[in-house]
Amino acid sequence: MGDVHRYIPASDADRESMLREIGAKSIDELFATIPPALRLKEPLPLAAALSEQELLQEMSRRARDSRQPAPGAQFLGGGAYRHHSPVLVDHLISRTEFYSSYTPYQPEISQGTLQAIFEFQTLVCQLTELDISNASMYDGASALAEAILMAERVTHRGRVAVSDRLHPEYLQVCRTYLASLDIDLAPFGSRPDGSADPEAARRALREGKAGAVVVQHPNFFGCLEEIETFAAAAHEAGAHLIVVVTEPVALGLLKGPGRQGADIVAGEGHSFGVPLSYGGPYLGFLAARQAFLRSMPGRIVGETRDVDGRRGYVLTLSTREQHIRREKATSNICTNEGLCALIASIFMAVAGRAGLRDLALHNHAKAAYARRTLAAARGCSAPYAAPVFNEFTVRLPVPAEQAVRHLLDRGLVPGIPLSRYFSGMERDLLVCVTETNPRAEIDRLADELGRLS
Amino acid sequence: MTDTRTLRAPEKLLFELSRPGRRGFALPPLDVPTGDGAGLDPRYTRDAIEGFPELSEVEIVRHYTRLSRLNYAIDLGLYPLGSCTMKYNPKVHETVARLPGFADSHPQLPAAAAQGCLRLMHDLERALCAICGMDRFTLQPAAGAQGELTGIMMARAYHRERGNPRQVVLIPDSAHGTNPASAHIAGYRVEQLPSNERGCVDLAALRRRMSPDIALLMLTNPNTLGVFEGEIQEIASAVHAGGALLYMDGANLNAFVGVARPGDMGVDLHHLNLHKTFSTPHGGGGPGAGPVGVKRHLEPFLPVPTVEKEGETFVLHHDRPKSIGKVRSFFGNFGMFVRAFAYILALGPDGLRRMAETAVLNANYLRRKLEAAYHLPYDAPSLHEVVFSDRNLEDTGVHTLDIAKRLMDYGFHPPTIYFPLIVKGALMIEPTESESREELDAFIDAMLRIDQEARSNPDLVRTAPHTTPVRRLDEVGAARNPVIRWTPDTSAR
Repeated sequence: MGDVHRYIPASDADRESMLREIGAKSIDELFATIPPALRLKEPLPLAAALSEQELLQEMSRRARDSRQPAPGAQFLGGGAYRHHSPVLVDHLISRTEFYSSYTPYQPEISQGTLQAIFEFQTLVCQLTELDISNASMYDGASALAEAILMAERVTHRGRVAVSDRLHPEYLQVCRTYLASLDIDLAPFGSRPDGSADPEAARRALREGKAGAVVVQHPNFFGCLEEIETFAAAAHEAGAHLIVVVTEPVALGLLKGPGRQGADIVAGEGHSFGVPLSYGGPYLGFLAARQAFLRSMPGRIVGETRDVDGRRGYVLTLSTREQHIRREKATSNICTNEGLCALIASIFMAVAGRAGLRDLALHNHAKAAYARRTLAAARGCSAPYAAPVFNEFTVRLPVPAEQAVRHLLDRGLVPGIPLSRYFSGMERDLLVCVTETNPRAEIDRLADELGRLS
Repeated sequence: MTDTRTLRAPEKLLFELSRPGRRGFALPPLDVPTGDGAGLDPRYTRDAIEGFPELSEVEIVRHYTRLSRLNYAIDLGLYPLGSCTMKYNPKVHETVARLPGFADSHPQLPAAAAQGCLRLMHDLERALCAICGMDRFTLQPAAGAQGELTGIMMARAYHRERGNPRQVVLIPDSAHGTNPASAHIAGYRVEQLPSNERGCVDLAALRRRMSPDIALLMLTNPNTLGVFEGEIQEIASAVHAGGALLYMDGANLNAFVGVARPGDMGVDLHHLNLHKTFSTPHGGGGPGAGPVGVKRHLEPFLPVPTVEKEGETFVLHHDRPKSIGKVRSFFGNFGMFVRAFAYILALGPDGLRRMAETAVLNANYLRRKLEAAYHLPYDAPSLHEVVFSDRNLEDTGVHTLDIAKRLMDYGFHPPTIYFPLIVKGALMIEPTESESREELDAFIDAMLRIDQEARSNPDLVRTAPHTTPVRRLDEVGAARNPVIRWTPDTSAR
């Protein structure tokens, strides 16, 4: 039965006395319904328990094994972006009332979480310039899969046209989600300037009878898209436009996709203060026009009054959800990314109306400088002419994978080799620059890239 | 609504607190030529985000600190939500998850620069395999429901490779709603399997129903009544004889960690919830993590990438032709992996077993102390949770909802209510191992007092709670006229 453990209050004496009150002779008797043949005879083959001091040493040792160059010398984006998170964010979400509470099923004692979600929904609507939002999804990729399912619940055309400039992992996730359902994903092409091709989207809508068009903005290669053109193409064909945003800081500067005609925005919110944490937990956000209200997946918080007339918040429209509707639910999602949504909300509140725009301008200016400087390095070029936000593609004189290996030894992570995702792009590198990359590191990167050939 | 300033005043919304010209954020000076940013065509850009808040740091800190005080939390006391396993979240988890080597690691780093992260994923997978008796785990699913979906997709891929994906997923009527919802998204028809008088799977009914159209039986074990499916080996045999697979919903795994293993029970695949059994914090509704364990015959279908050890190096394997693909970007909720791994290290094999033993002991203690007052719809022995109903209070007009609300006045979070659906007026109580006998006694005392109040002063219970920041809220009105975002108009009402 093991020693008393610091996480578990019951002492051996407590166990004995409680067993007596239950009327059981032993702990084993409590497990009598498990057939004896299934009961373990030996302890689990795991290392013995660690004290807190040992645990900290062990985990610190493991964390040190990730030998990364300095954060300012990493130029990585591709769906995850390094931004400064104001210190107060971590302090506030470390309030135990936020992080150790459950999904707010009992509103009278969960108003803190519920009001914070209501504010999150509002911030997402303001950011995207759309009417409605939910309490969060798992991540940007699964939010897009859910967005496609939501659009299909309305149009039932069984086909969705997807820009080939979409994050390849998002496409992969959508393919997985849709594999067993009768919904085809039909990729459409792009223009030489690196942006998605509206004419190709029109063809997919006309000939393929697609019910929705999916465009990422800024796209995976960093280029901005002409959202109005895609919206017009989709709406002429009676289809919906779904805009994907993997870098929401861009929306501090760029028009809200809803204002430009998007019907649904599915995005990744981690840029708003959520730690990089090797890819998760992050948070998906999903916003849409009012017409989608009853087909939205996930939790939604609504405003109401209590019996004394005081304003309060509750989980609402739950007849869409799995615990009521079971297999007829709009989604299977239950636990979402509540604490990450809280982080994003606090971040948006701190950045605020002026700060988010400043941050976006700052990112854009640095990326514009870096793009110009890197493209001028010997043997390097910028293959795409379309405008960018904080991410762009550089063509190198050597395979990008090789350059990354070489520069890692020199304390730089220059970007993502696009050969990781695409064939025929061996020399292309996806570079991201944010407020966390000092000019000195950008210049050093340009210098190193210039020495490759 | 009153504007009187008290320590429990209602908190205004961010947008109502906002005042033009305030700010909470400053950037360092731009260290590149400014001309570079100005070139963006105005057709792409906007001036400012309409309605976005304008607040100083101190106002934001106070706003969220005040909001936090309106919440109940596990660190305030017992949180006995059945099947949710609300246990103590060790503080050290929050420290280790924030170590820079974990928290600052970008998911697009070359594997050579992320060995510590990959090693942690590898070792957590091995630990979960040892605990559950499975051959491999994917850590990718972000929550239990996504784990279910991943598992069903793998089962479908398995059947398809054998020539027929099959059509039906069988699910007991006591199951969590995510089970049928997940099966539906994976393209299956759902059929409900009736429970027997013990609340367990009706083995005879299962045997009768088995046929080549059945792909999978999804079984929660112990089930949502807290009862171990004692015939699980016979159930597995019946399922396998029909060529189907046995999926175990591991939401209730806390009941038997270190005592028994799904892998020894004939289970082909199962998910578990790191945010339940392995104590990663619930965060007010996530993030969670829902790893899925599989036996060898399902390994080819695991999501990509897998983490493999080659010599002394950890690598990501993407080239797995039979994989179902990906269910989310990157590798999953890594920050939860760090916490869960720390939990396993801190408990060790003996501590993990003691955890399950104490969880079961605590549930049985509550049951023993409450069964005289509250109706026990199924009297099969309980493991980690016990389900009562409001039937004994039928003639008082007090229902389960009222009991739940009154518990708040006594300082407790209520249990899960009206679930499982097979029990009318269910009160599903899971105390977990984190509660001392004194905390359990206080809860028992509150439950017994409420039973008395229901008979002596039913209105007091029916109008509860009386001491919370807000009282009962109009949920029907909220759904009828949904207000799900702030606008200047909503403040004016």
